[in-house]
Amino acid sequence: MSTQVLSNESVKKESVEIEESRSLWGEAWHRLKKDKVAMTCLIIVCLYSLIGLLSALGLVAADWAKEVGPSYAPPFENWDYILGTDIFGRDVLKKVIHGTQIAMSVGLISSLIAIPIGVVLGALAGYFGGWVDEIIVWFYTTFSSIPGIILLMSIAFVLGKGITTVYIALGLTSWVGLCRLIRGEVMKHKNREYVQAAGALGAGHGRKLFKHILPNVTHIIIIFTSLQFQVAIKSEVILSYIGLGVSGQPSWGTMIDDAKMELARDVWWQLAGATFAMFFVVLAFNILGDALRDALDPKLKGKG
Amino acid sequence: MSGNLNYIIRRLLYLIPVLLGVCGLVFLLFNVVAGDPTMLLLGKHADAQQMADLKAQLGLDKSLIAQYFDIVKSAFTFDFGRSWATKQQITEMLYQGAIPSLTLTIPGFFISTVMSLMIAIFVAYYRGKGIDLFIRTLAIALMSTSSLVYILVFQKYLAFELGLFEISGYEYGFPSFIPYIALPVVIWVVMSIGPDVRFYRTLILDEIYQDYVRTARAKGLSEKKILFKHVLRNALIPVITYTVVNLPFLILGALLLESFFSIPGLGGLTLSAVNASDFPVIKAMAILSAIAYILFTLVSDILYTLVDPRVKLN
Repeated sequence: MSTQVLSNESVKKESVEIEESRSLWGEAWHRLKKDKVAMTCLIIVCLYSLIGLLSALGLVAADWAKEVGPSYAPPFENWDYILGTDIFGRDVLKKVIHGTQIAMSVGLISSLIAIPIGVVLGALAGYFGGWVDEIIVWFYTTFSSIPGIILLMSIAFVLGKGITTVYIALGLTSWVGLCRLIRGEVMKHKNREYVQAAGALGAGHGRKLFKHILPNVTHIIIIFTSLQFQVAIKSEVILSYIGLGVSGQPSWGTMIDDAKMELARDVWWQLAGATFAMFFVVLAFNILGDALRDALDPKLKGKG
Repeated sequence: MSGNLNYIIRRLLYLIPVLLGVCGLVFLLFNVVAGDPTMLLLGKHADAQQMADLKAQLGLDKSLIAQYFDIVKSAFTFDFGRSWATKQQITEMLYQGAIPSLTLTIPGFFISTVMSLMIAIFVAYYRGKGIDLFIRTLAIALMSTSSLVYILVFQKYLAFELGLFEISGYEYGFPSFIPYIALPVVIWVVMSIGPDVRFYRTLILDEIYQDYVRTARAKGLSEKKILFKHVLRNALIPVITYTVVNLPFLILGALLLESFFSIPGLGGLTLSAVNASDFPVIKAMAILSAIAYILFTLVSDILYTLVDPRVKLN
């Protein structure tokens, strides 16, 4: 009984010591926390995510399609539609909020498509080398040879317009950069001592790759995701302008596209609403991406 | 040097599998996933005979393998057939579109590259100081606004309200195109200066932390001399290779700018092809831009060895 207590205590003591010396992630978090600008950006990103989530759950702006006032009512004149209304008398603020949901979902889902493709292919190429590497490098060279915007348009075009198309097209065009980075990093790691040690202890390829090497390259995925969000948000706007993007519901892209006609009538508030909403979140993802790179990859510090 | 020659030959040969891959991707998208284009071309009321005739005419009644080889053949012969929408020879259309595109993209690219480089040198010199932070923040802010917004706002306020520029249109011939490309060039510069300044600054700072710079500093050279005599010369190597890799995109034109300002270039052409479901034109643009990209990447790699003897190709 008494030995039981003793060992429990010693375990506790040990865990306290471990907490004091920070892990890579703890260290990165600590560094990030000291960066006031980056923390502000993180809060902005969390806020947008929250708005997007609430909108997706139907808790806010679910009635964006409702007519709340006259057509093209200017902003800041009526509390019911503080940012004005569009051609159909719909509340611009609610459209901006619904657009936030679209923008965040485009970033999230395109990342969720790109990450598994990029990570698995990059890891296999980097780890096995040889003909596996040759084939995968050929595969992504093929993809990256067609300029991004042409490939994006082609994929969106053949799939037909709609939000699902935007997800898939952006996911399928953005994995190459990640794949290349992961491949390079895995190549560097595969001959390190800790991987050799794991091999000596009887770990197979799968275990070495997924259990030992991949956790050491996750920072690349995190930095990628932060940058992918802003690329995806900007691309949604362009796809929607070309007529291959979101349809049947408001997004920042469709709002900016509407503004093409509205500006001639001096209706600027849809454009302004969507532009500012987009500006802050893209800015936040940009700065956060840089800060994350500095925090997670100290070798690159100060060079962003 | 014979090693380099070997490398160049191997890289040229590597063009073939990559080009076959590009053709495969184009084939997969437009001949397999896209479905039957005859419906799009003939409308809802076409009868089965008409659709079959058109299919035969477009070569879509062949087996999939034969269709793939048609695409491969077009990539190697540059014969892309005729446009479905305008019935013109596609090579002819592309040839005509290239010139207006280049009159817009070359000045845009040149001005933005020179300006970005100068700003990047400036901020690298004052790295870590207030002005560096300010310009970096401004660069990120410029990147955080949609390019579409610049186009809309500049066209409305600078061209329409203030009358400083032509609103849209184009004229062929040397001096007459200038007024029409002026505003698109300004917008091009505004769109690309943010990412370019950031990228060039990183390249310059990469060099600043090298050992030879420490040596130069230790022997008493002034910061200015170090920056212009040592750092800049070495930083120019990645700048040049980056520039060369981006050259094919100039021929491709500026998709959004051209369509907004009605400039009859390749970018606008591609967009109208998408709107008109003009498969052959989109396919031709994808294949040609891929060929251009692969070739210019090769040229950039070769240039790299010529300017930097430390780099060995293999």
